[in-house]
Amino acid sequence: MLTGLPQKFRIWLFRPHIADGPVTLTQRRIFIVPTRQGMAFAVVLLLMLMGDINYNLSLGYVLTFLLATIALMTMLYAFRNMAQLEVSAGPVTAVHAGEQARFTFTLHNGGPLPRYQLQLQAGSATTAGRASEISVDIPARQSLQVQLPVATLRRGWLRSGRVTLYTRFPLGLFYAWSYLQFDTRCLVYPKAAATQPLPASSAQDGSGTLGNIGDEDFSGLRNYVPGDPLPRIAWKAMAKEHGLQVKQFSAAQGHELWLDWDAIAAPDTETRLAVLTHWVLEADVRQLRYGLRLPGVELPPNSHAGHRNECLRTLALFGLPAES
Amino acid sequence: MKLRPALIYGLLVCVLMVSAPHALHLPLWLSALAIALLGWCAYLARHGGALPPRWLLLLITAACVAALYNTFHTVFGREVGVAMLILLAALKMLELRTRRDAMLVLFLCCFIIITNFFYSQSIATALFMLATLLIIVTVWLQLQSPSLTLQLSLRTAGVLLLQAIPLTLILFVLFPRVQGPLWGMPQDAYANSGLDDRMSPGSVSRLSLSDAVAFRVMFAAQPPRREQMYWRGPVLWQYDGVTWTAGQALRARRPQLDQLDEGIDYTVTLEPHNKNWLFTLEMPTQISVPAGLTNDFQVQGNANVTSRLRYTAHSQLGFRANAAEDPRQLQRALDFPHELNPRSQQLAAEWRARLQDDNAVVKAALSHFNRENFQYTLEPPPLGSNAVDDFLFNTRKGFCEHYASSFVILMRAAGIPSRVVTGYQGGEYNSLGNYYIVRQSDAHAWAEVWLSGRGWVRVDPTAAIAPARVQSGMAAAVTDSTALPFLARTQSPWLLKLRYNLDVWTNQWNQWVLGYNPERQFALLTRLGMEDIGWQKMAFSLIGGMALLVGVFAWFMLRRLIMRDTDPTQLIYLKFCRSLAKAGIVRAIHEGPHDFSRRAALLKPQRAAAIADITASYVELRYARQQHPDALRAFSRKVAAFKL
Repeated sequence: MLTGLPQKFRIWLFRPHIADGPVTLTQRRIFIVPTRQGMAFAVVLLLMLMGDINYNLSLGYVLTFLLATIALMTMLYAFRNMAQLEVSAGPVTAVHAGEQARFTFTLHNGGPLPRYQLQLQAGSATTAGRASEISVDIPARQSLQVQLPVATLRRGWLRSGRVTLYTRFPLGLFYAWSYLQFDTRCLVYPKAAATQPLPASSAQDGSGTLGNIGDEDFSGLRNYVPGDPLPRIAWKAMAKEHGLQVKQFSAAQGHELWLDWDAIAAPDTETRLAVLTHWVLEADVRQLRYGLRLPGVELPPNSHAGHRNECLRTLALFGLPAES
Repeated sequence: MKLRPALIYGLLVCVLMVSAPHALHLPLWLSALAIALLGWCAYLARHGGALPPRWLLLLITAACVAALYNTFHTVFGREVGVAMLILLAALKMLELRTRRDAMLVLFLCCFIIITNFFYSQSIATALFMLATLLIIVTVWLQLQSPSLTLQLSLRTAGVLLLQAIPLTLILFVLFPRVQGPLWGMPQDAYANSGLDDRMSPGSVSRLSLSDAVAFRVMFAAQPPRREQMYWRGPVLWQYDGVTWTAGQALRARRPQLDQLDEGIDYTVTLEPHNKNWLFTLEMPTQISVPAGLTNDFQVQGNANVTSRLRYTAHSQLGFRANAAEDPRQLQRALDFPHELNPRSQQLAAEWRARLQDDNAVVKAALSHFNRENFQYTLEPPPLGSNAVDDFLFNTRKGFCEHYASSFVILMRAAGIPSRVVTGYQGGEYNSLGNYYIVRQSDAHAWAEVWLSGRGWVRVDPTAAIAPARVQSGMAAAVTDSTALPFLARTQSPWLLKLRYNLDVWTNQWNQWVLGYNPERQFALLTRLGMEDIGWQKMAFSLIGGMALLVGVFAWFMLRRLIMRDTDPTQLIYLKFCRSLAKAGIVRAIHEGPHDFSRRAALLKPQRAAAIADITASYVELRYARQQHPDALRAFSRKVAAFKL
């Protein structure tokens, strides 16, 4: 869009305003240009006008002007469809590389007019993945949460980048859009690779063996927190409408396991991280007490969901420059 | 993207609506083919079948073009163009794959609407156009914004149309008009109707069956009497035994009028008839459009009248025309085929032998028509090869062309120079609009004789047989009124009034909408106070007017968005927040009224009670179910009284 403008002007016009709070779409944030169909329609109108002049068709003038005016009015409609919308970015759940990161945006329509055919598009340039797009309608005085899936390729922080909110409502003749850039990012864990089995528990105490996993004691239920492994969900409790709960087992004392960087044969960092990620997940599912040892980082053994997330986060950001 | 069946049905309705008016003049096979193609499309949409392959569509297209060539003998021109557009739209319906195809169909539909205006631009057509446009915009909305319900689409389309009307009006009035054509138009652009430049038995009576308006006349002052209203058209000199034609015109001297009397001014709005003559009352002396006056007093425009033409003219009802006529012209006015119609020639010779004075011969002929039981009828019996003899002595039943023709032959046989004049006689007065409507059914033919010292004198033999024709119109004159067109028959008063009302509307429509041309635009803008209008000024006011109106619209449309907090309680509370903010206590975005109140009370302990009270009132008013106007007023007073 607007490729004809000089580069410098474009950069200035669309300079990013990174927002850390909700953004209200004002006239300074909304841009409108005719679409390709709009241009084609203009050509049709021009042809009609020539016919009117040539054949002195007064009623033809009326029709041509009516259509032209309708087209012009739809520009206002497109603007109105976007104006005064409030957009904010929500929290993002961490995912593994290769999965879809789901950026959450809340669109709030505080006005009395319903909004139609709003499209939210993740900018393809910054996310290095396929641009994804979602179309929503927002009734008057309502909010809507939209999840924009973005493909992830690498571990680390994935910024939402520039998101385009646009509409071609009502007749597709004009393209009204606004660039949104929020300070929101998704943590991308390394991809898990099951190339090496979980090592036997470390030699530190020598008592723990993998064969003991089955004899943990059931100690009760607690509320589900995101990140809890699925096999632990108490489906029976859910069926009794007690909500989503997780079975807790008393941690098997003494089964301490060190997930060690140096225990992996693979030469390169990413493969090692992938194996370690797999180990962390596996150990978590088996409810082992495990610790993580990376060059320069060591996380002492523990066995709850928070510890698992901490481990994965460390793996995700290992060796990457710190972001501001 | 596959289009929904509902959308395809909508597009089908659009194509049908825009092509339906064309069914009246397109060849039958074409209409049938278009219907078949659209039916096929509807079937596919309903049963979800695959669209026909491209080669099949190409084959059909090629066959259609060949068939069109076979029908019209050309592939260029307006009629063929319209036919092709309709076929294109119907074929495109079988190729609907993407949204872009659907858009193309909609664009084609808009274009086809315009072609319909070649044939009719009446008020009814305009209303139908609006209805069609409403449907097209609705389908368009459904196409581009699929989440809208049909009802909502229809409403939005209606609102869009209504909003577009004022802007359209501005564009219509101010858009600089250019007099077309921009390029040469094929001759088929205009229908031929109305008087011809030749007359044979039946040619005028055929016209009498048409209700179509020939022209409308508004008189500046007192209108003339009906029997003086002879609207002069083509003058016919030459007779070949069946048909009268203008013949080979001589390079004659300029027409001369003297002894003028009874001047009259009037304005004529002439319907296009694709001929160059302009109708005026006998005899015209001035006309407001460029035109020439021939030696036989025909007003001829510089070009054929292809669009509605308005002109003012001045005529003299009392005159002496060409008292000194060119002898060669008089010779032309005496010529006739001597081998035909012997009995008529004999009758004329008898009169000539008996009567010395030319005027007396004319009178004898008229009284012959009057006495000998002639009938004025729309359906005269056919005549033999000696048409005049047959009519005068056998059938004795005829229409004005029979009387004019035989009268002139009698006169020429008697040696009196004479000629046939065709045109219209009379007119219907519309009391509501104070103008006269002259219809094709008022077409008439009469005669002129040249008498020495008096010049050309009008003689209407029809008046001798049926004086009512000239005095009150055809309905009163013909014996078989059932053959007359519906409108020419006398009717009940309310029907008449309705008719006049409709015609007043039609006339206004013609004058102001259809007849809005560069001259009208200039006149209107001058009257609105714009002097020395150039295109710059026009463009300026056009853009200015548009911008102003768009601004007004924008304000109305966006006002509702900007005034979001319209709740009076909220507004008063915000005032309270502002007065706290002045003291440095700013309410954070995430802070609810209760939290804010607690924080404010901590920061301003001396006003804690007032802050708590106002907050409590606010929460009560805004979130409790019931609201009382008094409570709101009390709240407002509290906030107004609040000081830090």
